[in-house]
Amino acid sequence: MIRVVLPAHLRALARINGEVELAVAGPVTQRSILDALESRYPMLRGTIRDHDGGRRRAFIRFFACELDLSHEQPDALLPAAVLTGAEPYLIVGAMAGG
Amino acid sequence: MSGVRVLVGTRKGAFILTSDGRRERWEVSGPHFAGWEIYHVKGSPADPDRLFASQSSSWSGQVIQRSDDGGVTWEPVGNRFSYDGAPGTHQWYDGTPHPWEFARVWHLEPSLDDPDTVYAGVEDAGLFRSTDGGRQWAELSALRCHDSGPSWQPGAGGMCLHTLLLDPTEPGRIFAAISAAGAFRSDDAGQTWRPVNRGLQSEGIPDPDAEVGHCVHRLAMHPARPNVLYMQKHWDVMRSDDAGESWHEVSGDLPTDFGFPIDVHAHEPDTVYVVPITSDAEHFPPEGKLRVYRSRIGGDEWEPLTRGLPQEHCYVNVLRDAMAVDSLDSCGVYFGTTGGQVYASADAGDNWAPIVRDLPPVLSVEVQTLS
Repeated sequence: MIRVVLPAHLRALARINGEVELAVAGPVTQRSILDALESRYPMLRGTIRDHDGGRRRAFIRFFACELDLSHEQPDALLPAAVLTGAEPYLIVGAMAGG
Repeated sequence: MSGVRVLVGTRKGAFILTSDGRRERWEVSGPHFAGWEIYHVKGSPADPDRLFASQSSSWSGQVIQRSDDGGVTWEPVGNRFSYDGAPGTHQWYDGTPHPWEFARVWHLEPSLDDPDTVYAGVEDAGLFRSTDGGRQWAELSALRCHDSGPSWQPGAGGMCLHTLLLDPTEPGRIFAAISAAGAFRSDDAGQTWRPVNRGLQSEGIPDPDAEVGHCVHRLAMHPARPNVLYMQKHWDVMRSDDAGESWHEVSGDLPTDFGFPIDVHAHEPDTVYVVPITSDAEHFPPEGKLRVYRSRIGGDEWEPLTRGLPQEHCYVNVLRDAMAVDSLDSCGVYFGTTGGQVYASADAGDNWAPIVRDLPPVLSVEVQTLS
């Protein structure tokens, strides 16, 4: 299972407590994780990436295994530790005031 | 027994304030959607239990929430606001072309008779409509695609469609106001639009009486006399007696005619309220005294309403969507400040008291009168 951690404001929006565990069919990429996440929680559509084109929102970041994956290609394979569930895939609200 | 429900949008969540018809003791619920900017919350006139809220954040963009039980529970509905076709450009602050880009919903205006239909005024200025309770949104693009659209320029707060008025006596007549393009009117439910700004004078634009380009801050209408409109412009309080065909200034003896909100008494179409603000640079009341001004004759002659409002050291602002009236026998008037106070008057403005004092900055105030 893929472990996904969301920022608090999106956990509140989707009424999620703690981490999300997702079964992802096929290659585990940022795109396939977000597709599975939005499929289970439709209210998250448009809040992490655009409806049209899937572009990451400017103040959202993607981390895993102490790496910033925000600028990686959405279809690039993720580190093995994310695939095995040893490490979570982190969706983070950027430090951007507020 | 009758009562009121005050819907408050703030920089960090929504609050619902309820009271019986005496409007002396209040229950406060919230924050709903804590941490998010709530630009506007408004109830359906056709079903007061149905509320719509515009929730947004710089991190995660736009969410629309709907309640079907008067704000006890909420459900996220549709948040896809896509401009029709290739959106084109408007003018940026420096005069260069800038692509139309959706930022947020400023104002939600539920239909007068259908609880599933609601209009949304958005930044960058455009008008959307949902006919399924907020799940799907379609642009009424004729407004944005008006010939003057490429010349529209944002005001300091962004290029927002912030005011929508639905004429209760003329099916299909809608008024919209955009900062800083001006006022527009449709007589065919949004299929076509024309600017209605004749008589406005704005020194901050190259042609002071141009057809478009005016920074209209707010429009108000009394439902029993919808051909009479009131406007708080960037500077100047204006009135139209012919549904926007022409305007004349009614600032009269106000201490300053800069301000944001304007509203009309529920039972007296000639009784109008404004909150004068010092200037475009000094967004606080003159002399640090928070005063609502009331005209009983439709403008020109204004009286300060001060009882219960701070009369020293007050440097808050009252934003354009942050004033509302109820329709109880003695009309209640409400407004919220950027300092987090929501003030209420149960006697048409003669006496005021804070319902709450320490909310986040208030962006909007609406009132529902409940039977």
